[in-house]
Amino acid sequence: MSRHNVQVTINGRAYESEVEARLLLSDFLRHELDLTGTHVGCEHGVCGACTVLLDGEPVRACLILAVQVNGRQLTTVEGLATDQDDLHPLQEAFRDAHGLQCGFCTPGILMTMVPFLEDNPEPDEAAIRHAISGNLCRCTGYQHIVDAVKLAAERRRSAD
Amino acid sequence: MKPAPVDYVAAGSLEEALSLLAEHGSDAKPLAGGQSLIPLLNFRLARPTLLVDLNGLGELSYVRDGEGGGLSIGAMTRHSALEGDPRVIAAAPLLSSAAGFIAHPQIRNRGTLGGTLAHADPAAELPVVSVALEARFRIVHAGGERWAAAADFFVGLLTADLQPGELLVEVEVPPMPPASGWAFHELARRTGDYAHAGVAAVLTRENGACSRARLVFLSLGDGPMRARQAEQLLETQGVSEATIDEAAALAARSEIEPSGDIHASEAYKRHLARVLTRRALNEAWRRAGGAA
Ligand SMILES: Cc1cc2nc3c(=O)[nH]c(=O)nc-3n(C[C@H](O)[C@H](O)[C@H](O)COP(=O)(O)OP(=O)(O)OC[C@H]3O[C@@H](n4cnc5c(N)ncnc54)[C@H](O)[C@@H]3O)c2cc1C
Ligand code: FES
Ligand code: FES
Repeated sequence: MSRHNVQVTINGRAYESEVEARLLLSDFLRHELDLTGTHVGCEHGVCGACTVLLDGEPVRACLILAVQVNGRQLTTVEGLATDQDDLHPLQEAFRDAHGLQCGFCTPGILMTMVPFLEDNPEPDEAAIRHAISGNLCRCTGYQHIVDAVKLAAERRRSAD
Repeated sequence: MKPAPVDYVAAGSLEEALSLLAEHGSDAKPLAGGQSLIPLLNFRLARPTLLVDLNGLGELSYVRDGEGGGLSIGAMTRHSALEGDPRVIAAAPLLSSAAGFIAHPQIRNRGTLGGTLAHADPAAELPVVSVALEARFRIVHAGGERWAAAADFFVGLLTADLQPGELLVEVEVPPMPPASGWAFHELARRTGDYAHAGVAAVLTRENGACSRARLVFLSLGDGPMRARQAEQLLETQGVSEATIDEAAALAARSEIEPSGDIHASEAYKRHLARVLTRRALNEAWRRAGGAA
């Protein structure tokens, strides 16, 4: 059972740690680095709660080993807001449009939709629904999530 | 659910990966996108003692022009790259289109072409597409290499023609014959779920007739299910509304082996096969320049 040194930049901050080869990235973030914003629902890639950005691309943290992110850049939900009064525009929109209830799915949905909106600044509803298809929400029925993403896109357009 | 203890090496070169795989035999597993292997480790359905990570091998991630208008694609090419690469879209639109049906964007960002072919899931899109396009796979081991035709490679449920120590490194996709049309259709409960049924079709048109037909199903048997009788029917009797109906009925009746599950009965899957085949053949024939 090999152990490995991992150096990784998360939300702009450098971390270094020694991990077992079998440690999942999701557990590394939550249990070793106390970055508990990344949630874990299924551990087989189905629910999307653990979505983080690896070098800017959304991936499942439960389907990557911690050792595999050595030398890479990660963004987790903690990287979106500097503090409670300075939320990311998508987080603002989720709050304003009631895009969450229990909030369990929210980190994964935010980390999926932040890069989506950067690539698709003017998405239609079908594109938004397609983009969140890999994230399960048991509370909202998705409608308010879609509304929140639309709201964020509208605000971004009118700010430009 | 967590993986059992395991050793890990990030291979620095293909040679290193092959020599580790040769040394450890069936105790070692190559780790590509991990989108099938890590769930298996988490469930402890797979218990390798060594993971040989291929993700550092940039030399296995490429799309190149192949012979006569075809493509050579490296095994570590991600599904998302296949979906968006302009060369794949131009030379193998069936491949890029089908890649868009695989799982969700987050999974397509990691999952690889080599991984899905090696995994040989009967519900997977790209094994079926590789059979329909008559792709060939370059397979290497520490002592040499061989080529395998897609048609011979998928030998059974979750079983590909790969021995311990072997790596699939390249997929060669021949060009479609001139005046060919393609289509890919599947039905899943939700976007990104494994499909209840799906089909890839390639039709070639010559003097108004169909000189070559390829019809291959996913999720309707132990692996890619090629419907040779339906293909022959189209090749001998031409493509019309009537022959499309007949070919679809024939394939759905006698060339697939679906088993019912909690979401879809066997009868429903046969019905889907027939409906999807009709749609696919109509669309492929239109793209080939014909009118059914
Ligand atoms: C929620 C979810 C939904 C999914 N839905 C779909 C779907 O709808 N359709 C679909 O097709 N797939 C689906 N997948 C699977 C996904 O496409 C995987 O990416 C793919 O099956 C395996 O590719 P990988 O690169 O991730 O391989 P890995 O998981 O790394 O490896 C899979 C197997 O192949 C072996 N292997 C990998 N690369 C090679 C190689 N080059 N040579 C030899 N052996 C190799 C590994 O040792 C392992 O045994 C889904 C996965 C998840 C988690
Ligand atoms: S915990 Fe990773 S997808 Fe569900
Ligand atoms: S808000 Fe509860 S799971 Fe989505």
